[in-house]
Amino acid sequence: MQVPASFEFERAESVPHALELLERYGPEARLVAGGHSLIPMMKLRLAQPDALIDINGLAELSQLGVEGDTLVIGALVRHAALLADDAVGAYFPIFHEAERVIADPVVRNRGTVGGSLCQADPSEDLSAAFAAVRADAVIVGPGGSRTVPIREFHVGPYETVVEPGEILTELRVRIKPGAGSAYEKVERRVGDWPVAAVGAYLRTNEGMIVEAGLGLTAVGAEHFAAPDAEAYLIGKAAGEDVLREAARIAAASCAPQADQRGPVDYKRHLAGELTYRALSRAAERSRA
Amino acid sequence: MRVSVTVNGQNYVRDVEPRLLLVHFLRDELRLTGTHWGCDTSNCGVCVVQLDGVPVKSCTVLAVMADGHEVTTVEGLEKDGALDPVQEGFVQCHGLQCGFCTPGMLMTARWLLDRNPDPDEGEIREAISGQLCRCTGYENIVRSVRWAAEKEASV
Ligand SMILES: Cc1cc2nc3c(=O)[nH]c(=O)nc-3n(C[C@H](O)[C@H](O)[C@H](O)COP(=O)(O)OP(=O)(O)OC[C@H]3O[C@@H](n4cnc5c(N)ncnc54)[C@H](O)[C@@H]3O)c2cc1C
Ligand code: FES
Ligand code: FES
Repeated sequence: MQVPASFEFERAESVPHALELLERYGPEARLVAGGHSLIPMMKLRLAQPDALIDINGLAELSQLGVEGDTLVIGALVRHAALLADDAVGAYFPIFHEAERVIADPVVRNRGTVGGSLCQADPSEDLSAAFAAVRADAVIVGPGGSRTVPIREFHVGPYETVVEPGEILTELRVRIKPGAGSAYEKVERRVGDWPVAAVGAYLRTNEGMIVEAGLGLTAVGAEHFAAPDAEAYLIGKAAGEDVLREAARIAAASCAPQADQRGPVDYKRHLAGELTYRALSRAAERSRA
Repeated sequence: MRVSVTVNGQNYVRDVEPRLLLVHFLRDELRLTGTHWGCDTSNCGVCVVQLDGVPVKSCTVLAVMADGHEVTTVEGLEKDGALDPVQEGFVQCHGLQCGFCTPGMLMTARWLLDRNPDPDEGEIREAISGQLCRCTGYENIVRSVRWAAEKEASV
């Protein structure tokens, strides 16, 4: 039987209250959202926080909707809610395609967007999706709030810029005309973490690519992105040869590691092929 | 820590350690052993219960996180001595062999039919995709859920 080490438990009543609790308990306190990464780690004693601060009651972190030209996704939005939202699906099919293959429906009822990003697992699917669309992360702390581009959010495996006394409150994504996006993942079995996965975001104007975003996960891409492939795409027509070349550049730029999910050459091959497929669908959608 | 949880319509107040998992709270504190406990790693789904009407894996929820909330377990499916149609479906279609996965399957099936009264095979398989039947009786589980859907449509 897996039993976490003992800890204090506090329920936050508001964001300021959560910040106060974080300050009171110090750096060994952890926020708990869906708990579907943290509780398993605590059961295995890979994490032994002194205190858990439960943010599940904070409705202000659960907002999901469009504000002007921006999609706002609260940190506490459950995977299932992101998947069920029509506006998300209409503006950013990448999120629906990613969510459909994250874990399973029961885990998705509990796990949250913010928890996924803050967990910063190098195989996290949403990290790639948010990197592709260049979201902004809003973080609050004792000194107020700050906005961090998602590509500066992850410092390394399991490490983000969110300091111990801070809370990720929301993700913001600009909605722009002429954009298309898609997500491609290969997993060993239903509900598993990716062997490799790629999110693509393209904006075209009269057939020419004016903005490109590529998010790669589980393949050691720095900041989950492929900036050289993105730069290559700008100003070109989104034809097959161009997308293939971008996929080749993306695959060459990542650094997968061999593990139980596969050897390096297989993962690199997947990175390229999935990049191509995601780009193709994103391009199609950007024209629609 | 004191918690007050409504389980199957009845309120329970208990003093628990924060580290107590919901599955053990239900089984050991309340003696509601219908909810099973298997992999302990949020992979198999035998521990699925409904928290505020939504299926969750209770081996990955702390009992203190259910404080002030409503939990429904397999014991809560039967109403006034009558089995829920999903339970009846599992009886009629041989939806269980050893029965280990059954409580979790039933709780997810109930939730699926509440949201989608006429699911096709693919939708049923998707809904239970986070749950393992160690006897591998998926065909009959799918048939059982379809049976329940048809029964509910006919009344
Ligand atoms: C069986 C299973 C399969 C899975 N499969 C996949 C998969 O295929 N792909 C995938 O990408 N993920 C997968 N996951 C992971 C899952 O989607 C996320 O890890 C999980 O949802 C994390 O979110 P959470 O809300 O549960 O986070 P928690 O476990 O509550 O928290 C995770 C970490 O983030 C911190 N945190 C949480 N919220 C905040 C916040 N607002 N501000 C600051 N810090 C915060 C916590 O302190 C903790 O350190 C799987 C998980 C399980 C259990
Ligand atoms: S015991 Fe909870 S998922 Fe297996
Ligand atoms: S009936 Fe035995 S595990 Fe499903």
